[in-house]
Amino acid sequence: MRTYGLLAWTWLRAAAQYPASMLLLGLATAMVAALDLAGIALLFAHTPRIAGFTAEEVLFLYGTSAMSFAIADTLLGGTERLGEHVRRGTLDTMLVRPVSPLIQIAAEEFTPRRMAKLLPPAAVLAVVLPRLPVEWTPGRIAMVPVMLVSGVVIFAAIWVLTASVQFVVIEVHPATKSITYGGAFLTQYPMTLYAREFVRGMTFVIPLAFVNWQPGLYVLDRPDPLGLPEALRLASPAVAVLLSAVAATAWRAGLRHYRSTGS
Amino acid sequence: MIEVRDVRKTFTVRSGRLRRRRTMVRAVDGVSFTVREGEFVGYLGSNGAGKSTTIKMLTGILTPTSGSVRVAGLDPARRRTALARRIGVVFGQRTTLWWDLPLRDSLTLIRHLYRVDPVEHRRRLEELTELLDLGPFLGTPVRQLSLGQRMRGDLAAALLHAPPLLVLDEPTIGLDVVSKATVRGFLERLNAEHGTTILLTTHDLGDIERLCRRVMIIDRGRLAYDGDLERLRTSVAADRMLVVDLARPAPPVQLDGIGVERVDGPRQWLRVPRGMNAAAVVAALARRYEIADIALREPDIEEVVTRLYRTSGAFGAE
Ligand SMILES: Nc1ncnc2c1ncn2[C@@H]1O[C@H](COP(=O)(O)OP(=O)(O)OP(=O)(O)O)[C@@H](O)[C@H]1O
Ligand SMILES: [Mg+2]
Repeated sequence: MRTYGLLAWTWLRAAAQYPASMLLLGLATAMVAALDLAGIALLFAHTPRIAGFTAEEVLFLYGTSAMSFAIADTLLGGTERLGEHVRRGTLDTMLVRPVSPLIQIAAEEFTPRRMAKLLPPAAVLAVVLPRLPVEWTPGRIAMVPVMLVSGVVIFAAIWVLTASVQFVVIEVHPATKSITYGGAFLTQYPMTLYAREFVRGMTFVIPLAFVNWQPGLYVLDRPDPLGLPEALRLASPAVAVLLSAVAATAWRAGLRHYRSTGS
Repeated sequence: MIEVRDVRKTFTVRSGRLRRRRTMVRAVDGVSFTVREGEFVGYLGSNGAGKSTTIKMLTGILTPTSGSVRVAGLDPARRRTALARRIGVVFGQRTTLWWDLPLRDSLTLIRHLYRVDPVEHRRRLEELTELLDLGPFLGTPVRQLSLGQRMRGDLAAALLHAPPLLVLDEPTIGLDVVSKATVRGFLERLNAEHGTTILLTTHDLGDIERLCRRVMIIDRGRLAYDGDLERLRTSVAADRMLVVDLARPAPPVQLDGIGVERVDGPRQWLRVPRGMNAAAVVAALARRYEIADIALREPDIEEVVTRLYRTSGAFGAE
């Protein structure tokens, strides 16, 4: 972690040599990120509730999901480029250094631009949290940071998983991107919007439901529309740990598959 | 320092677009050798012989298909990260530096990665800057460095943590005479003064002659020669070739101690053993034949390798 910080800092300094472009790119990123928000606003222009959820509640779901995703993306977004490193054999040079190549790639070209994505969800949460029509018991208060951290870990694990796939199937990149970004988008809305089977998939296969949906139900004090056990609402940290273990195993298996390139 | 026992690496290559055929490429096919502390070993072989693949197994980048490897007391594939602290690696073909960062920042990053103490780092950086003459381009982004400058930067990066073993894959590729001399001189001192063990692959016989007491030659994944450079030099394969164009076609020339390798019209290839004076041979020839043109060719490394492979029974890899 310390190493990650140092690496990221060095990249930041390099990027800071062009402050104007840094600022503009950051602004652009923040605006693109805010587009999701515009989508939600558009929906509520026609109806006071979607899938039984009020605007505050949906914004809460959006804020937590987008926040988790933005943090995971800031930390690990660089792993998108793993496929390129594998294809070109440039991973070789990372493998001869005494730090996990995952950390090296993740920190690579770290720019403040990535952090710009944090702004819209942070602003939304700041506005919406005090307005939620719930009774703030200690359990609910604690759940908000817990779900955010679990969400970060789940998204991060998914990043690592998709990166691991790139060791074996080098051409698969656009598809993996749809899992990560698609997952971020899907979790911005109440799951009741989607088909039952789909939600089950998101609960038990790719456990995106644990990013914000299940713990969100706990915070909002709502029954599960799908009638899944109540215990699942508190399961996010456990799911996050489990998924991390899976991702770590996949990553190690992927590294063993790495075959470099000729020359 | 390095111990390799019967190591193999097989790549499966898929070829053909419609019918997917799988072929097995045996890049390294049963190689064993030992490198002791303080040695300076040259690793030779023609293109595709398996040099880089061997190096990648030594550094933990590739996991061997079978056999055992120990480097600095560790199994590279299992303990890659721990090993990285004890060895320095340089790839002539690709840089370990960060393309967009000035060389100095790259070296600072390396310091963080290897957790070198700042005081120690400064001392080593000063020493390396002087030896490799990095001063003029420390502030230049790596992408703007010339090949020779970049290579010297890479050498510094590989040595900042003072590893007892340095592994180099074609460090002099594409360098001009001056840069080559700098790199060679540096490696020589490193080995002599710091006792750093060095394993070096190259296609440049000059590197080997200047630096290595011991050479290993790999051919098609197998070790074809492992031993003294002197013995290699005096071997059949290292004979020089005298190419003579006679004024008119003639039967193979008859000279004491000289074998005729090939005859093509008026042109003949004469094998001049090491230790025999080429000028005397030319003089003797000129007395008996009318000569149109003459050229003396040093054997290049490709030739040495092919010859060795053909006669490998005679040498035998230890
Ligand atoms: N990643 C890979 N995938 C498939 N085949 C490979 C791979 N890397 C190397 N090979 C094959 O293994 C053999 C040995 O390659 P290697 O790179 O070790 O040769 P080399 O001795 O370093 O050659 P050169 O002098 O050209 O650098 C070659 O036939 C090459 O095609
Ligand atoms: Mg090579």
